[in-house]
Amino acid sequence: MSGTETPTLVPPKSGPPTERAAPAKEAPTLPGGRRKTTSRRAGARGSTAEELSTRQREISVSEFFAKNRHLLGFDNPRKALLTTVKEAVDNALDACEEAGVLPDLRVELLPLTETRFKVLVRDNGPGIVRKQIENVFGRLLYGSKFHRLKMSRGQQGIGISAAGMYGLMTTGKPVVILSRTSAKTPVHEVVLKMDTSRNRADIVSDEERPGEADRFPDGHGTEVSIELEGRHLKGRQSVDEYLEQTAIANPHARIEYRTPTGEEILFDRAVEELPPDTEEIKPHPMGIELGTLIQMLERTSATQLGAFFKQEFCRVGPTSAKEICRRAGLSDRSWIKQVGHDEAERLYAAIQEVRVPAPPTSCVQAIGTKTLLSGLLKEVRGEFYAASTRPPSVYRGRPFIIEAAIAYGGDLPGDEPSRVIRFANRVPLQYQQSACSSFKAVLETNWRNYGLTQPRGGVPVAPLTVMIHMASVWVPFTSESKEAIADYDEIRKEMRLALQECGRKLQTYLNRRRRMARQGERRSAFLRYIGEIAKSCGELTGRDPTAVHEALLKQAEVKTAEVDQILDDEGRIIDDGGSLARDEGVVIVESRQGRPVEDDEGGDLFGEGGAERSTSRRSASKSKTRRKAKRGGSR
Amino acid sequence: MATKKKTVHRKTTRKAAGGKTSASTSTAGRRSTDERTIKRLVELGGDVSATAIGGEDPFVDIPTRALSNTRWNTRRRILEMGDARQRRNLFNLGQARKFMQTMLLASGCKELIEQGKTLSLRSMYYKSLHTIAGTKEKTFTGQEESDPILEDLEVALGSLREELHVFASERGKVVGNLTIIDNGDEIDLRRMGTGGYAIPSIVEPSVIKFGKCEAKFILHVEKGTVWARFNEDRFWKKHNCILTEGGGQPPRGVRRLLRRMHEELGLPVYCLLDCDPWGHYIYSVIKQGSMNLAFESERMAIPQAKFVGIRAGDYQTYGLTDDVQIALSDRDVTRAKQIAAYPWFDNKAWQKEIKTMMRNGFKMEVESLITKGISFVTEEYVPAKLAAKDWIE
Repeated sequence: MSGTETPTLVPPKSGPPTERAAPAKEAPTLPGGRRKTTSRRAGARGSTAEELSTRQREISVSEFFAKNRHLLGFDNPRKALLTTVKEAVDNALDACEEAGVLPDLRVELLPLTETRFKVLVRDNGPGIVRKQIENVFGRLLYGSKFHRLKMSRGQQGIGISAAGMYGLMTTGKPVVILSRTSAKTPVHEVVLKMDTSRNRADIVSDEERPGEADRFPDGHGTEVSIELEGRHLKGRQSVDEYLEQTAIANPHARIEYRTPTGEEILFDRAVEELPPDTEEIKPHPMGIELGTLIQMLERTSATQLGAFFKQEFCRVGPTSAKEICRRAGLSDRSWIKQVGHDEAERLYAAIQEVRVPAPPTSCVQAIGTKTLLSGLLKEVRGEFYAASTRPPSVYRGRPFIIEAAIAYGGDLPGDEPSRVIRFANRVPLQYQQSACSSFKAVLETNWRNYGLTQPRGGVPVAPLTVMIHMASVWVPFTSESKEAIADYDEIRKEMRLALQECGRKLQTYLNRRRRMARQGERRSAFLRYIGEIAKSCGELTGRDPTAVHEALLKQAEVKTAEVDQILDDEGRIIDDGGSLARDEGVVIVESRQGRPVEDDEGGDLFGEGGAERSTSRRSASKSKTRRKAKRGGSR
Repeated sequence: MATKKKTVHRKTTRKAAGGKTSASTSTAGRRSTDERTIKRLVELGGDVSATAIGGEDPFVDIPTRALSNTRWNTRRRILEMGDARQRRNLFNLGQARKFMQTMLLASGCKELIEQGKTLSLRSMYYKSLHTIAGTKEKTFTGQEESDPILEDLEVALGSLREELHVFASERGKVVGNLTIIDNGDEIDLRRMGTGGYAIPSIVEPSVIKFGKCEAKFILHVEKGTVWARFNEDRFWKKHNCILTEGGGQPPRGVRRLLRRMHEELGLPVYCLLDCDPWGHYIYSVIKQGSMNLAFESERMAIPQAKFVGIRAGDYQTYGLTDDVQIALSDRDVTRAKQIAAYPWFDNKAWQKEIKTMMRNGFKMEVESLITKGISFVTEEYVPAKLAAKDWIE
């Protein structure tokens, strides 16, 4: 959490295999060779232990990731560009939220050559104090978020430094950071070059730039520009899509985006409130691993077991602590120093047996159905929106919340597989869809129950966009590049339940729409025939058919008045909203609703005025009168 | 629609149509019939208009044409239509289209009558066929949709099809010792060659009058092929009779003509039909009327008609070969059982006849007698049966 708690960099144990394995392969036996020859040759080809030892040295984490940059999402130029934007934007949003500022972001992609881009991301966050700039942007695994259990977008402290490193490696250009912490302090411009072998940054230049003060109209903020080799393509898995999805999950942010072609796109703010702040929590005994427990025992400042449990864990009170110790054959007054490996193992077993209340959920904050809907409404042009937020749940001792939302109909294409957009802590996940727990949950849900077509083992084929969000203090990603959520049963189950709730709401809506279409059909059938009947009557009686025609039209309207009504689930007529309208998790945009009648005959009955009508159910009564007025006028 | 009024009308119509009338009165009768029909059509339009303006759901009451609404009048020995009615409403999704079609045909008929013209059922379909304004929907999708509506209109108004100036395509032929006057043209049915005289759809006295008649009886056969056999053998000349044919289930024109000849010329009617449920039913339609047109039985049925053959027992009596057997299908058996259950088949002779056929397990066509000789049926079978009065009723 605090910057001072710098982690000691332990090199990854698995190390780059090439360097270590090479000598081992050259084990000194030659087919049919004599000992002497072998040993002599060892000098030429192989190495002695002493010689090897001179080459054995610590590998910096930066070096490791520089070689394995695909692990961080820099596999190809296209993805690298996206990952860079993504890391910078995620950091910017985190910073703004932690400082309690409504995020105002500017993202620029400046094409330098065909394959080279300058990525610029500016925020109005708190800024970064001068002495931390090189640490934050110049070192891998340096950050404020790793050592805590708090919900945030970033987790590991790898992202932005890795992006800078990638830029340096592909273009040789340093990272330029502009930062201002308050209106009173000057703007600092720091130019950094990473030294991968030391996992430190070299400062190329460090200047105060008073002239750049107008870049931060709020008086504070950070701007980072990275030059890198990249490729910009629109469509799936593009920067554009990432920003669009970010806007969906973060409707409190305003994002300006300048595309490589110079187009300005604005993802405007839809909600004027910051998401509520979340609390940091201590680990929960459930889901702690034996190794972690041992480590905690070694590091704790407590001297006795009872104090240790109370101090280091959440939800463990004196009673539970006593019970754990008793089951492990120890006492809560046992000295920590006396706890060896065997005791730790017994304690670990005891923890699994003792029931401890679930962790507090104040540390996870859902986006909330309302905000979720406003985000979706803003970026996806459907006609029906439903969202559901599950109550907090726990996997491996870590609380999490699952939310799902769907958009249906409207301008969405109906003959393609539905789009699934996934989020973890408000960050869009764009790669490895099929490996993601949330995508599996979508496949697992039987959408046919809700009136959609779904091929076996596939996503429904319908004008549908499905959104799933997981909020947690620690999102279990399948890899460092944070592309897919790992498949825990607890997580998948919650996802399924959230999707099912949305599905049920959709079903209600579709049923209602079908019912209204039937009514519409009825009326149009009557209306179609009324002209003929009136005319025939006129011919039979020799009188003017107008009176009959009008009387019949009037009756048709009365008899099928339900078309103009909003019906609830049970088909009862209601004035100001049914269960769907009362539901906070549902939005219906009537102007985008498909016509309930298929043929165009009856069409003008239901044709809407050109203006988009807004979402509130109350406007239904207004539209009814308007419709009526229109009909009256056209006759 | 006032139902009582209609019943009264219908009775008067029968009398006017049924009696022997001279040419002048018949024209007058036709005119008065037309006036009456138009009056009913205007009433129909007026009722619907008034209901609509009164804010009620407009409707037409249509007598039900089904077994459930068919009464077997044991005294008169004919089928009669009961009082059950079905109300056809406009504001009922299942009936709206039919309601519209009923009104459309009604106004079409009115126009026909006013212009003094007649149209076939098919032409009537075309006359009322158009695309509904502002839609792609047609008023009728085919003649099969308009025909039943016209029948509905007939029963609803209590006016016959011919009174609505609509006729069916003709079917059925006649030859024999009789002269008729068809719309003023004298036609000698003795000189019709091999083709015969096609029986028109409308054979009311206003169109067809009877002239000289020597015939003593009428032989009605099921279909054209058998009729051709009898005509080629000049059966009608030899036996001084009238020979008719109805192309299977006889249309209204044929039935009406049979009835008029039977009634006005006093000729008994003998039927030669196949030995199968369909033949049996044709006989029953000629004899006491059909369920569908039960309202017309009064002027169509011939309760004294006799069924000469083919009889189920003929297989043994005439020693026919196995080759003529046509096995009864499941459908035949079902139909036979249905027919046996009709109250008007509830007499010993018929129950026995059907039972025998069922026991045989096969049916026989009239043509099966060809196996005994080309002219066996005309020279031996029918003469023998008639001489022996070997028939059932």
